[in-house]
Amino acid sequence: MGEELKVIVFGLGDEEYGIEVDKVRTIERLSPITRVPKTAAFIKGVINLRGIVVPVIDLRGRFGLSETEPTENSRIIVVAVADLEVGFIVDSANDVIDIDTDSIDTPPEIVGGIKAKYLHGIAKYGEGRLLIMLNLAEVLNKDEIIQLEQLEA
Amino acid sequence: MDMNAYLSMFIDESNDHLQALNENLLLLESEPEDLTIVQNIFRSAHTLKGMAATMGFEDLASLTHEMENVLDLVRNNKLKMDSFIFDTLFKGLDALEAMVQDIINGGTGKADVTSIVASLQIILKSDYKPENASAAAAAAAAAAAPAAAAPAGSKSSLLDEFQHSILMQSIESGLRVYHIQVSLIESCMLKAARAYMVFDLIERNGDIVKSDPSVQELEQEKFDRQFTIYAISEMTEDELKQNINDISEIESVIVTPLDQESLTMLEAKAAAGLSQYAEAESTAAKQQASAAAAPALAPAASAAAKPSAKAASTNGGAVTRTIRVDIERLDTLMNLFSELLIDRVRLEQLASEIKRNDLMETVEHMSRVSSDLQNIVLKLRMVPVDSVFNRFPRMVRDLSKSLDKKIDLIITGAETELDRTVIDEIGDPLVHLLRNSIDHGIETVNERIAAGKPETGSIYLRAFHSGNHVFIEVEEDGKGINRDKVLQTAIKKGIVSEEKAQTLTDQEVNMLIFAAGFSTADQISDISGRGVGLDVVRSKITSLGGNVTVDSAMGKGTKFSVQLPLTLSIISAMLIKLGSEKYAIPLSSIVETSIIKKEQILNVHGNKMIEFRNTVIPLVSLSKVLDSPDFNEEQEAETEIVVIRKGDKWAAIMIDDFIGQSEIVLKSLGSYLKSSKAVSGATILGDGYVALIIDPNALIK
Repeated sequence: MGEELKVIVFGLGDEEYGIEVDKVRTIERLSPITRVPKTAAFIKGVINLRGIVVPVIDLRGRFGLSETEPTENSRIIVVAVADLEVGFIVDSANDVIDIDTDSIDTPPEIVGGIKAKYLHGIAKYGEGRLLIMLNLAEVLNKDEIIQLEQLEA
Repeated sequence: MDMNAYLSMFIDESNDHLQALNENLLLLESEPEDLTIVQNIFRSAHTLKGMAATMGFEDLASLTHEMENVLDLVRNNKLKMDSFIFDTLFKGLDALEAMVQDIINGGTGKADVTSIVASLQIILKSDYKPENASAAAAAAAAAAAPAAAAPAGSKSSLLDEFQHSILMQSIESGLRVYHIQVSLIESCMLKAARAYMVFDLIERNGDIVKSDPSVQELEQEKFDRQFTIYAISEMTEDELKQNINDISEIESVIVTPLDQESLTMLEAKAAAGLSQYAEAESTAAKQQASAAAAPALAPAASAAAKPSAKAASTNGGAVTRTIRVDIERLDTLMNLFSELLIDRVRLEQLASEIKRNDLMETVEHMSRVSSDLQNIVLKLRMVPVDSVFNRFPRMVRDLSKSLDKKIDLIITGAETELDRTVIDEIGDPLVHLLRNSIDHGIETVNERIAAGKPETGSIYLRAFHSGNHVFIEVEEDGKGINRDKVLQTAIKKGIVSEEKAQTLTDQEVNMLIFAAGFSTADQISDISGRGVGLDVVRSKITSLGGNVTVDSAMGKGTKFSVQLPLTLSIISAMLIKLGSEKYAIPLSSIVETSIIKKEQILNVHGNKMIEFRNTVIPLVSLSKVLDSPDFNEEQEAETEIVVIRKGDKWAAIMIDDFIGQSEIVLKSLGSYLKSSKAVSGATILGDGYVALIIDPNALIK
């Protein structure tokens, strides 16, 4: 109740998303991605992050949205959850803000085409800005990915 | 008191001692009369007890204490070893190991050892009294005494290094060095006084470097009539002789001036005299002992053995000096070094592009140095397999006892080294293979005699290097794999169909035993028979990058052969291009590279094949397997191929083009992407590009 969360705000298309700072490892510019065959379509491949091989996924593809072309502002946000390290390709990485947990509402069933289970909630901040808080555990859910891969194969 | 700092030391050292205890107990079993082994065991147990007590592990200390008591009786000859005592001691050892394991896992090391302690106390109370023990011991002691007295002189006549160098330097600088031998008359009463007078005389005009016997012994008159002195003196030889003779009650004086040659000769004689003495003592002791009762042999033999044992142990101590290193540090070192390797490749590339001489020279030198570094770093992680093999003799002994079979375990090549991660993982599969051999391979004593074999079965455990691999073989002279029985069971369990079964070669039939769920054992024993083990063994070994094969002849025996890669993280690979993408294929799997024409491709039963060295092998399209976005070999008239092998199976992989051979650093893909089958890892190339490493085994069915 009333806790302050530090959140990194990034943009995907027209929407703004947030991830807690302590889950974010680093934010990098786009670097050459090596394709890994026989993986789900939104898994773009792997990159060389200072000597460590890190897989990267396209979040829009993960959410079933249409993918967009990367731009100058596109970034890779590397998050770490449990023992998984994964990079998200995002359209822009904007800000670090403090959010009061009280202002996070549970999301209605369908919000902007993204399935609700990937979200922790929707936060209001600033003037009329909505921040979609991501549920990383669901986003990085491996079992679902295996299912997806089997479907594609 | 913060014990945590000492805990890891305690664990390491306890493990060493427990290992030594195990080995020595086994040795003692085959030579129960050898008291030096008992001494070693006693020492290990004693040290262990001290450490445990200091760290506050009460149960550990008290159990060791009881074992010590038993061992004390044995080494003082009040108790003879028999199989009950051995079994109890082994049980005690097991309990100790369990307690240490508990401590390693963060526990307190407490355990209920009351039953073992009770057994030990029974042994202590029912004193086995060797009847003549005390009398014989006294006789042996008496025999030892005069033998000890006589050569007391020759023993201490050896110069130590310091004295030797003083004498040598004095000779070199032109001073007079003498070896003086003085004999007092028989009826001399005050020997010490006379000796003192001789010393006094010499020291007035020079220095005494060494006297034999020592000064204390001379003062206490612990000598017969003779004594010798090494001295530096200003007097001439004749003067010296004259003056000493002038002292009353001196019978004779022999003065020998020394130069370098004679000094060394004199020492050699003294040393020879000493070893002769040791031999004489042992033969004398042996003669005495054979006259006395059997138990007396032990103390006399041990008395003679002690000096030789001491000599042996001092030799052993000087051999290797080691240092304990935290594994994490080694891993960090490895990682950092891998980074360096990547940069080196990059520099080499850049240097060849920029084409500046001094840059190229420096880079070349750096390459050479880093190659050497690479070898050393890789070797750092190498550990002798002995650390895995050393628990096997005990296991074989216990198992063969419980199954009532006679088995000899012969280990060769225990000093062969493996990467430490492999060592950690290879233990369990080997245990299973050994248990298999003991349970299913070696027959019972009766069966063996009936088959005309020696009643003791042999299991050979070998480790050796060959090429880029380490091979570990488990071979036994048991009953071999029964082809028919294996086929029957395989058909019954649905592992292979009847028709297929007819076409299998002997080798293939043998490999069936590795199938999941396979077991020909009629009963499930505690040891094996559940049909789970060999399958797990094979997958474990494959996950380490190795493979396992089996050779067998019915009635003669079976041999399991495990092949493992030497190091895990840096491998040689062939870099290939597939359209715009680069991939790496481990060199160890590659047989050959070649180019084939489209016309050479044969279509057999819907599968593409080519003729290669008198056999037909399958052709695999890498672009299809990897869903290449921009390469399709169908459009080419000629295609480059890489021929790979997995055990006996071969296949040809169609690729776009070769880039070259390179040493690459294996990087894990991480847990997120584990499920990729054709790809076993990644590597970072010189230009920073991530290339995926293809798993050839996945391409060969």
